[in-house]
Amino acid sequence: MGAIGPVEAFRRRLEERALAPLTRTGRGYYLLVGGLLLVVAWGLYAYTSQLREGLVVTGMRDRIMWGLYITLFVLFIGISHAGTLISAILRVTNAGWRAPITRMAEFITVVALMVGALMPLVDLGRPDRILNLLLYGRWQSPVVWDLLSITTYLTGSVIYLYLPLIPDLALCRDRLLQGAPRWRRRFFRVASLGWRGTPRQRRLLGSAIGMMMVLIIPVAVSVHTVVSWIFAMTLREPWDNPMFGAYFVAGAIFSGIAGIILLMALLRKIYRFEEYITARHFVNLGYMLGAFVLIMIYFNVSEYLTTGYKMNEEVAFHFRQLFAGELAPLYWFYLLGGLLVPGLLILLPATRSVAGIVTAAVLVTLGMWAERYFIVVGGLRVPLMPYEAASYAPTWVEWSIMAGAFAGFGLIIALFCKLFPLIAVWEVAEHHEEEAVRVPRRVALAWAMTRPEGPERAGAEWPEPVANLEDTPVLGGGRR
Amino acid sequence: MVIDLRACDGCQDEQAPPRCTAACIQSRYVPEPMEWIECYEKELPGGGTQFIPTPCQQCQNAPCVNVCPVGATWHTPEGTVLIDQERCIGCRLCMAACPYDRRFFNWGDPPRPPETAFVRYSPENQVGAPRGTVMKCDFCPELARAGWIPYCIQACPHGALYWGDLEEDLATNGKEVVVLSRFLSEHHAYRLKEELGTRPRVYYVPGHGQNAGRDPQRRGRHPTRWPWKGKARRWARSGR
Repeated sequence: MGAIGPVEAFRRRLEERALAPLTRTGRGYYLLVGGLLLVVAWGLYAYTSQLREGLVVTGMRDRIMWGLYITLFVLFIGISHAGTLISAILRVTNAGWRAPITRMAEFITVVALMVGALMPLVDLGRPDRILNLLLYGRWQSPVVWDLLSITTYLTGSVIYLYLPLIPDLALCRDRLLQGAPRWRRRFFRVASLGWRGTPRQRRLLGSAIGMMMVLIIPVAVSVHTVVSWIFAMTLREPWDNPMFGAYFVAGAIFSGIAGIILLMALLRKIYRFEEYITARHFVNLGYMLGAFVLIMIYFNVSEYLTTGYKMNEEVAFHFRQLFAGELAPLYWFYLLGGLLVPGLLILLPATRSVAGIVTAAVLVTLGMWAERYFIVVGGLRVPLMPYEAASYAPTWVEWSIMAGAFAGFGLIIALFCKLFPLIAVWEVAEHHEEEAVRVPRRVALAWAMTRPEGPERAGAEWPEPVANLEDTPVLGGGRR
Repeated sequence: MVIDLRACDGCQDEQAPPRCTAACIQSRYVPEPMEWIECYEKELPGGGTQFIPTPCQQCQNAPCVNVCPVGATWHTPEGTVLIDQERCIGCRLCMAACPYDRRFFNWGDPPRPPETAFVRYSPENQVGAPRGTVMKCDFCPELARAGWIPYCIQACPHGALYWGDLEEDLATNGKEVVVLSRFLSEHHAYRLKEELGTRPRVYYVPGHGQNAGRDPQRRGRHPTRWPWKGKARRWARSGR
């Protein structure tokens, strides 16, 4: 073997960086977890007061009978689409640059689903009767469709998170021998399922991932479609809309991309992943975000033009409350802050930087929260009978539970950081090796083709091949 | 049910809240702020208003029954929609689905007066339905079984409300009996939001209270009251 080649050096550096969060824990981490725990505890306290008094402690009443909880349900289930999109779609299309961010994207999916699925339970008037859904569940009800699709998606996402984790768990098992507490070594030993990286294991893993990545995409699309059907199956004006499924899926992916950009930026900063998560990742995701800005604008124009052209009474009321009435601040924030400004930040070369794209992602996340809010509350505010429109404002209980939900989201991610490598080591290494082989060849070919004299005479000027390439041991799937 | 809007003046001349709503609250212990039958005042195209008493529409294609995840609301063979508050999980999708806003939620513990102490809960009277469940007008099935007409109809001073059976083709407001199909056709009866396809079992005869001598320009009605709510509060405070 002899000296370490650049590929092997890259891999060692990568392993060290990716495993560092698992071995070293700073004071900042405990402070963060402590802070998050406090907020979660506060949210739980608020929930106990709701359990004690009933939903009367919320701002919801008969005419606006859903509020912040259902808004958060839609928002979190939406954010969960990050993982599927980044990971599965980019995997299916074999976009190599995805490798360092797939793991984080899959984390978001699982965690957002866990938190999102809790929100309808928090919203339930009789949480003690939740089992009735299994005992007396009716297939005709959109709630049961939701239950089914979300549990399917959660199961699928957990499997899809776990499969590419196996080689990395084995890596942890082999590398984190010294100093690691016994439970942790045991955890890695059990969780890595005896992974040795044999050709047979690799083949099996490859086909399992291949199957899951194809399966998870229709499941993800169906989940947010079904979430929208909770609304679209009613006879209320802005909700009773066949476009709602596609609109919700687009919004889900949109907020999901923003979610992954935010998490990526945070973890990159905290754990110094700059070598692996580069400006290119932000720009590429920024382009996707930009594309979805356009898709969202398309859906909004479609919705408002087709209903506004006819302008029946309910639509007129809805437009008034959005454009100039009670929901106007939220609506204009969504339109300008959530779509226009992020679109410009991505479009203009001057702001198409990491900072610019992270700013766009923050704005999109806030904008999508506003959008979910005015879809839920705005839809219910349109009067069905001749009465004055009702108003809704969340109470401290609802705000606290919302804070608790976001803190819980952060807390689970923080715990995951200490249990699993945040970067898919074997996939990044594999991708790097492939590039190391392919790029010099591609460069050489390009070089040869652009030289008028032809390759033969230019031989001496070809770029240096990567040293020791053939000696480099291959991790994971090997080069193809 | 048939509601003759020609006879309904929102109880303006009674100088009282609408009698139908009041009787419903008094006899069925409808918790504040629910109004199972609610008198809406609607603008007329040429100015002025009409009153529209609105109970549960008991739709034949009921959106609330369709969306319930646990089968806690269903059609009875007689053709009304009831709720089993011992099964309801409180998701409120039925309330979102009802296009007439006729479903109400027990956000807290529903207030009830001491005289209900010995009433046993059943989906047919709803007294004692727990917090976190949905309630609504049920056409007084216990009265129907005893051969009576619902409280709201008994209380209407102008005989504007009729109650009957589509299959027997008869209806009564407690004073006279009409042949239902003829009555509906001859008086151009319509149903609320007919275009939605919910096929309500409640029909309306258009009008603005003219048979009760009401001028459409005379607006306003007395606000609804829950006369027993003080008693209920005292009883709740004393620990029920």
